[in-house]
Amino acid sequence: MADRQMPRGPVGEKPSPDAAPTALADPVDPTALDFPRLIRPVEGRLVAGVAQGVAAQLRLDPVVLRLAFVLLTVLDGVGGVVYAALWMFTPRAPYEGREPARDWSQVAAYAAIGLALLALGWLTGASTGGFGAWPIAVGGIGSLILWQQADPDRRQRWMDSTVGQARKNRVRTFAGLVLVVIGAIGFLAANNELGKARPGIVFTLVVVGGVALIAAPWLAGLWKELQRERRERIRQEERAEFAAHVHDSVLHTLTLIQRNAHDSREVMRLARSQERELRNWLYQPKQDADASVAAAVRRVAAEEEDAHGVPIEIVCVGDCPLTPELSAMMHAARQAMVNAAKYSGASVISVYAEVESGEVTVFVRDRGAGFDMDAVPEDRMGIRQSIIGRMERNGGSARVRTEPGEGTEVMLTMKVESS
Amino acid sequence: MGAIKVLIVDDHRLFRSGVRAELGDSIEVIGEAEDVESAVKTITELQPDVVLLDVHMPGGGGQEVLRRVLGSGSQVRFLALSVSDAAEDVIGVIRGGARGYVTKTISGRELTDAIRRVAEGDAVFSPRLAGFVLDAFASSEAPPIDPELDSLTQREREVLRLIARGYAYKEIAKELFISVKTVETHVSSVLRKLQLSNRHELSRWATARRLV
Repeated sequence: MADRQMPRGPVGEKPSPDAAPTALADPVDPTALDFPRLIRPVEGRLVAGVAQGVAAQLRLDPVVLRLAFVLLTVLDGVGGVVYAALWMFTPRAPYEGREPARDWSQVAAYAAIGLALLALGWLTGASTGGFGAWPIAVGGIGSLILWQQADPDRRQRWMDSTVGQARKNRVRTFAGLVLVVIGAIGFLAANNELGKARPGIVFTLVVVGGVALIAAPWLAGLWKELQRERRERIRQEERAEFAAHVHDSVLHTLTLIQRNAHDSREVMRLARSQERELRNWLYQPKQDADASVAAAVRRVAAEEEDAHGVPIEIVCVGDCPLTPELSAMMHAARQAMVNAAKYSGASVISVYAEVESGEVTVFVRDRGAGFDMDAVPEDRMGIRQSIIGRMERNGGSARVRTEPGEGTEVMLTMKVESS
Repeated sequence: MGAIKVLIVDDHRLFRSGVRAELGDSIEVIGEAEDVESAVKTITELQPDVVLLDVHMPGGGGQEVLRRVLGSGSQVRFLALSVSDAAEDVIGVIRGGARGYVTKTISGRELTDAIRRVAEGDAVFSPRLAGFVLDAFASSEAPPIDPELDSLTQREREVLRLIARGYAYKEIAKELFISVKTVETHVSSVLRKLQLSNRHELSRWATARRLV
């Protein structure tokens, strides 16, 4: 009967150690493929990972290729063009999680080398002064940025992204456009064609402007439609997820309650556990029960509530990471809850956990039958061993306050290193 | 003192009739309301002693009722009643002016007690609310702006801790060797601090901590 659907258990979901990330560190495994595909690794990239990817392909040090690109860029900007082309046509290595930041000091170092070489070439007159490929390089980078915006992967992210990211993307698009225009003008200027091209440019601008005017309303409509569709899709996905959850948990429990209608204790237990699960789902951030005191107390109480069908009210104040000593304390607290649920006859158990500077305290209290501490036989393990003994072995202390008819309160205290 | 006049504001009819049936003889339910509009209207008309106020309702919820009724200078006392234990709701409705907060799982006897207490001008804290207050006032890294309002006294802390541990006022009084009246005074003073302290962290804390 206790088969509640809790698919989000933190246990057993750890990724296997040989999962993707380690494979990425060495993107080109020579034994894997006869002709490994050229890809751009994300880790350790300086600009886009092109040099690194090519270096891996050619089994060279990336530094050699980076220097080669810099040198070629100084010579007529060919390096830049080649780099941009490779960037455009090489897929990115898949990468999970947050992308690592670039090492900007290295980027700056290569830029400095490039500038130095440029200056040297100019001073010594060794350079032919031909900057013919420079505009092409600039334009290439600009168009590259624009292309990247159209990358399906990125577009997906853009669709899902927040306003801030969308703005960032707009800035990128704009930068790409500016670079393309500069590249084009530079190309014309370098070939002394700028003057001749003027009528053509004016003509083009007029035509493009006209087309934009005609198409603008239609484009705006399309944009609005896209936005609306996107919102609708998000809403539908949410609804589907919600329906799935309600079906798996709430409806299932309601069925169980109907089948157990004669057993009020079982009905109570089902209702409580469903309530708890729904609350968790609605309000609680996903917490790892193995990581913090408050989460552990909640989990222990939930498990005992389920096992014994007695409601356990939990109040937690403060929180701290779980240490081995505190785990032992959780075991003691569990034992106290089990005792209260099994023997006190109380209708509800109160659990209060408090994490204060340097000390964790847990109270487990019931208003049930209570008992005479001195009358408990020496060999009864529950209180002496599982609670008091366990706490003392781990450097804490336990105090039990009880009297027949007065209920029971177990107080557990454990010192912790204050963070 | 005659029967305490109570008005129940809740959007679930079944719940309203359930509460009505559970309340003791010392309580007289003089009316019901099911949304913000009708609640504000009925409260103004009937002038109950205590309003049992649901936190989540169509049209702005309990906080909206509090804002509109208390904003107009009314002296009606509110006891918030909710299924939600989220800090945001609890702290929100208390700071909105409710004199107590209990969850809907409360027994009829306890609810009767709580209503009587609120009618007499005292405050009613559930264990969880006490826990929230302790947590909120403990998590103050910034120095308090107004020491009188922004921190709890040792005694108030002790009382709250006992409430959080599941003690009834009578048991707290026994435990601390003080009278029930003194316990009530401490709780009321905590309530006042909770409502008047302008520590902006308090609300932010509640929002950040979306725990049940």
